[in-house]
Amino acid sequence: MAKPKLKEHRIERDWCKGCGVCVHFCPKKVLEMDESEKAVAVRPEDCIACKLCEYRCPDLAIEVITES
Amino acid sequence: MAVRDYIRDRFFPHMWCPGCGHGIVLNNMLRAIETLELSKNDIVMVSGIGCSSRISGYVDFHTLHTIHGRALAFATGVKMSRPELTLIVPMGDGDALAIGGNHFIHAARRNIDMTAIIMNNRIYGMTGGQYSPLSGYGARASTAPYMNIDQDFDVVQLSKAAGATFVARSTTYHVQQMTDIIRQAISHKGFSVVEILSQCPTYFGRQNKLGTAVDMMTRYKDTTTPIGSKAKKQNPDLIERGIFVQKEMPEYCTEYEKVIERAGGGA
Repeated sequence: MAKPKLKEHRIERDWCKGCGVCVHFCPKKVLEMDESEKAVAVRPEDCIACKLCEYRCPDLAIEVITES
Repeated sequence: MAVRDYIRDRFFPHMWCPGCGHGIVLNNMLRAIETLELSKNDIVMVSGIGCSSRISGYVDFHTLHTIHGRALAFATGVKMSRPELTLIVPMGDGDALAIGGNHFIHAARRNIDMTAIIMNNRIYGMTGGQYSPLSGYGARASTAPYMNIDQDFDVVQLSKAAGATFVARSTTYHVQQMTDIIRQAISHKGFSVVEILSQCPTYFGRQNKLGTAVDMMTRYKDTTTPIGSKAKKQNPDLIERGIFVQKEMPEYCTEYEKVIERAGGGA
C-alpha cells in the first residue's frame, strides 16, 4: 500500500482551544500555535500524514486530509 | 471527516476545558465505532452525571443523560427491552465507582452485554476538584488540601473480581491502542470494562502540580507499560495497559430469553 500523501490540514478554528497537544506530539513539528492560540500547519511539506494530531486532538478540531 | 458523521456538531465547541482528556476519549471512541461500521440507529449511549457524562450530548446516537451513578441501571433497562441494540456507557471515575459503585459491580456480575468506559481523571471536575475514589493516597484535591489519605481502587482488579468478562486499560496518550481496545470491547458479548486514564489539567493537574495537558499525557507514556512487559518486572510501579480479561460466559439477556422460553412451557 502506498504511503498516504497529504492534501491539507483542515483545522476548525472555532473548536480549537489551544491546548497545544497537537503541536507538542507531532513527530515532524508541522504545527504551531498562532497569535490567537489556535493550531496552524506551518510546515505542511514535512507532514507524513500519520494523523496523530487528529487522533489526539481533544477538541476534534483537526482533520488530516490525504489524497486517495 | 469520518468522526464528523457521528457527532452533533451544533453543540461544538464542546464544554470541556482546554486539554481535557475526555475529548480524546470521545474522538477515539467514535473511530472505534466507525471501524465496526455500526449504524447510528443501533447504538444507545447512556451516561450519568459529571464532566465525562456530558459526552452523550455530543454523539448522534440514541442517547440518555441520566442521574448520577445510575447510567448502568438505565442501560440495563434499555438492553433488557431491546437486546439487539449496542449499549455504550461512558462514566467518570466517581460516577462509576463511588456514586454508582453498587450498580457497577452488579452489572459486571450479571455479565450483561454492554460496554462501560471509565474515563478516569481521578477527580470530580465539574463540582470543583473534590477527591474521588480514584484520586489515591497522597493526592491533593480541593477537599484534601493536606493530602488525601484514602487508598484508591484498582479498576482492573475490581472489575475482574466483580465478574466482568472483558477488562482493559489504556490512556489518552495511547490513542491507537485505545481505539483498538474500545473496538474489541464493543464487539465482546458480555460486560466489558475499559478504563481510560484521562487528564484533568484544570483540577487534578493544577492541584497536584502536574503541569499542562501535554505534561500529563507525557506522564502516561512514561508511567505505563504493556501487560507483562520486561519494564514492569524491573519497575513494579508502572501501570499496565492492554486487555486483562477476555472470556466467554453466559450473557444475561440471552439467559433471560431462556427463562421466558421455560416459563412459556418450552424446552
